Amino acid sequence: MSKAGWIRTFVLVAFFGTVEALCRTGVISPKLVIAPSAMVESMVELLASGEFNDDISQTLSSVGIAMSLSIVGGFVLGCVLYWLPPLRRTFDPFLAAYYSLPHFAFYPLLIVIFGLGAMPLIVLATLFAMVAMIMATLGGLDRIPRVLLKTARMQRLSLPSEIWHIRLPAAAPHLFSGLKLAVTYSFIGVIAGEFILSTSGLGHQIAFAYDNFDNATMYGLILFVLCIAITFNLLVFAYERRLARQRGL
Amino acid sequence: MTAIRSLRGPLLLTVTLLVAWQILHQWAGDTALTAPLPTLEYMWNMIGQKRFLPHLVETGLAFAQALAIAGLGGVGIGVLLGGHRLSGEVAEPILVGIYSLPKITLYPVILLLFGLGMSAKVAFGALHGVIPVVLFTMNAVRNVNRTYLRTGRAMRLTPAQMGWHILIPATLPEIFTGLRIGFSLTLLGTMLGELFASQRGLGFLLMTAIDLNDVQTILSIAVLISLFAVAANSILLAIDRRLHRGSAA
Repeated sequence: MSKAGWIRTFVLVAFFGTVEALCRTGVISPKLVIAPSAMVESMVELLASGEFNDDISQTLSSVGIAMSLSIVGGFVLGCVLYWLPPLRRTFDPFLAAYYSLPHFAFYPLLIVIFGLGAMPLIVLATLFAMVAMIMATLGGLDRIPRVLLKTARMQRLSLPSEIWHIRLPAAAPHLFSGLKLAVTYSFIGVIAGEFILSTSGLGHQIAFAYDNFDNATMYGLILFVLCIAITFNLLVFAYERRLARQRGL
Repeated sequence: MTAIRSLRGPLLLTVTLLVAWQILHQWAGDTALTAPLPTLEYMWNMIGQKRFLPHLVETGLAFAQALAIAGLGGVGIGVLLGGHRLSGEVAEPILVGIYSLPKITLYPVILLLFGLGMSAKVAFGALHGVIPVVLFTMNAVRNVNRTYLRTGRAMRLTPAQMGWHILIPATLPEIFTGLRIGFSLTLLGTMLGELFASQRGLGFLLMTAIDLNDVQTILSIAVLISLFAVAANSILLAIDRRLHRGSAA
């Protein structure tokens, strides 16, 4: 590990150590934050008890569907906009301002259209996450070095093989950052929707525990959600690394 | 002529959205979606009402404070981390990690730490906005062309002159891009913060309207916030493009 890596590990360990010590000595009241070790303990207990299995599977399947739809849909739409510049010019201001729009205002409308249940949440999260993928796709395709395209023409590559061998690999770093954002935004969309407008799911259970001052459950569930998000990001990151190494970067 | 050209995209988009809105209204009916014209009229009336103003002020204040914290704090931390190579290397992966977390899950924690009310919204908004500002500022400071610095030293500039004539013009375009992204995310964070456990503000009005299924109010607030977001974003984007063009020349 590099020097920076060692320091980073030290900083993180020191941070959690300090929080742990402050909580255990009572400087930080357990009404506010419970000790990190207690959070882990609570998470393990909650998972072992199976009490929240239904909520977990509901939330994760919603996130999974929203994520896949937004990644595939965002990529396709990004490519379409890239090939049709007039369309893209029209939608540019919309895309740029998209993430400051209050999406949850449209939730009642979605309920009327799609009915109660997981469906409106999935649509909401997909709409929320897709634009990140569209923008990443556009960014990636825009930044393909000119020289690579010239090389492709020199080698007389057909369009499919140009896309497969030149365009996609060159745009890959941007596509991956879009992928990571789409995952995060799917989580935000589903969990925020469950917070305010649902009667089941992890987001609802977190809000329910918060309302009941049940800090152990709340922190346990929060930690669980964060762990899943982090694990997924690390997997994408590791794959990205491997890809970069293959190319000798 | 060029003015008409540059306005054509946004105009087309506005017309498209209005038409889509009208069609959706015809399809879904008044209980889900009121027609565009009555809604805009209602919005205009709502802005004029006395009971509306305190909510607008509350949200505006929360947003302004969060933005100030995110902007000033982000640039400050970014300059420090960019100036000191090792601490930058230590901090960057941690920051990127926090950036990609679904922060909405942390909102109950923020509520416990800051209590109900203004400070929790400000903290949640600032938490969303600060990290992109830090990341962009850090990279801007890190990537200042060494030749500029050497030239400055050759001309024996004082540190103040060095900052004013070299560092600020060299880093400003990137920092501004960070601030633009920070602006959108801070707005998102503040709005999300107002949706849960809030007693005042536009987000609170929105939630009450959702509970009552008061479609006109829901749409009016959504349109109002969207208009603000799109307008602010377009202005910032225009400044951003101008700054970047200046630096490229």
